[in-house]
Amino acid sequence: MIAIAIVRTKDLLAVVMLTGIYGLLSASFFVVLDAVDVAFTEASVGAGISGLLMLAAITMTGRTEAPKRHKPLLALLVVLITGGMLIYGTLDMPYFGSFDAPVHQHVAPRYINDSMQEVGVPNIVTSVLASYRAFDTLGEVAVIFTAGIGVLSLLALPQRRKPYLVDESGKEQMYKQHIVLRVISKALIPIILLFALYVQFHGDFGPGGGFQAGVIFAAAIILYAMLFGLDNAKRVFSLSLFQLLAAIGLLLYASVGVVSLFNGGNFLDYNVLADDPIAGQHLGILLIELGVGCTVASVMIIIFFNFAGRREAQQNGEER
Amino acid sequence: MVLGLYNYWIVVLLMMIGFYIVIAHGNLIKKLVGLTIFQTSVFIFYISMGNVDSGSAPILAEGVSRYSNPLPHVLILTAIVVGIATTALGLALAVRIKEAYGSIEEDEIQIQDQLTEDNSKC
Repeated sequence: MIAIAIVRTKDLLAVVMLTGIYGLLSASFFVVLDAVDVAFTEASVGAGISGLLMLAAITMTGRTEAPKRHKPLLALLVVLITGGMLIYGTLDMPYFGSFDAPVHQHVAPRYINDSMQEVGVPNIVTSVLASYRAFDTLGEVAVIFTAGIGVLSLLALPQRRKPYLVDESGKEQMYKQHIVLRVISKALIPIILLFALYVQFHGDFGPGGGFQAGVIFAAAIILYAMLFGLDNAKRVFSLSLFQLLAAIGLLLYASVGVVSLFNGGNFLDYNVLADDPIAGQHLGILLIELGVGCTVASVMIIIFFNFAGRREAQQNGEER
Repeated sequence: MVLGLYNYWIVVLLMMIGFYIVIAHGNLIKKLVGLTIFQTSVFIFYISMGNVDSGSAPILAEGVSRYSNPLPHVLILTAIVVGIATTALGLALAVRIKEAYGSIEEDEIQIQDQLTEDNSKC
């Protein structure tokens, strides 16, 4: 399908477009498979942010792929052997959709049957994510944070005061040309931000949560930065603010764990956060989802700003 | 009845495509795209394992008795976001490599490395 087209295409821009379509397709595939939360994330990440970041990278590294010089036959052979062995392995797997498969026997029934009494949140995915397996999620947020730091250290430019040159006017005009885009995006961005907040705080009841909300929030701000210019966006949302927010999000998450430790429970055991265990769970989930949302959104924005800033610096360097 | 395994075959197919891109293509960005496809195949693998016939999305509601397994959903949900973060890190590395070497083709980079090594030996 689309994946095969990706293999064949040499023009990297087309590849990125295809990746976007691929992301959207797999998102709809996840909906079919009843994984609404995952579909939500995949739609915003796979079809939105990842394509954007790849585009930003391509503008810096060139569009076309060099023709192959070595034989792909060996690679094809290796891939075919691996695939063949995997398919042979699947012969022992339980059938698709069967409900007596081993996966469904062990912990899942406990989550499905008891999470309402223990956590009191209708969305099981949220209660597993934020309560039962909160420690995992903490680790994952830390990984995202680390990736943000990594991008920052690889691509960050030395801080300098930019003198406002006259030749900026050409670029300003370019932004002004897209007047339709600007007007529409002005109407859309507040709605996207609002939707992100809704997803953030409604994650207990419907599909949603900190990860999705963070990505959507970041998408809105990235849209602003694309249409109104990076300098304008930086004037509104300063980069150091987001660096601070990314750290605060992670700290908020970890400190919820520490507070529950002080209150006599285990690390990230929310039952002790309030007098009533259910209320404690609600409070804990709300706080750590907020932490997750903060970190994810800020890290995504930091990554984009750094890619875009790097590109502008390169262009300015070439003009001189 | 072997046809009941078709979901795994799709996964394996996607994985093979991604793997092939990673091995056979020299362009670093293309390799990253390949890795993304590989990743997605693993995501689909997990999600399809969690799926249950006539099951519903794992949000508790009145009158629904069978839900699909929420655990794979949680794992993959976070994996997607972690995946994009690490992909961004990879792209950042590619950009720096482009700046240092002037190319993101693997063999050109190797040739340049060879040259600098030879020079330092002399």
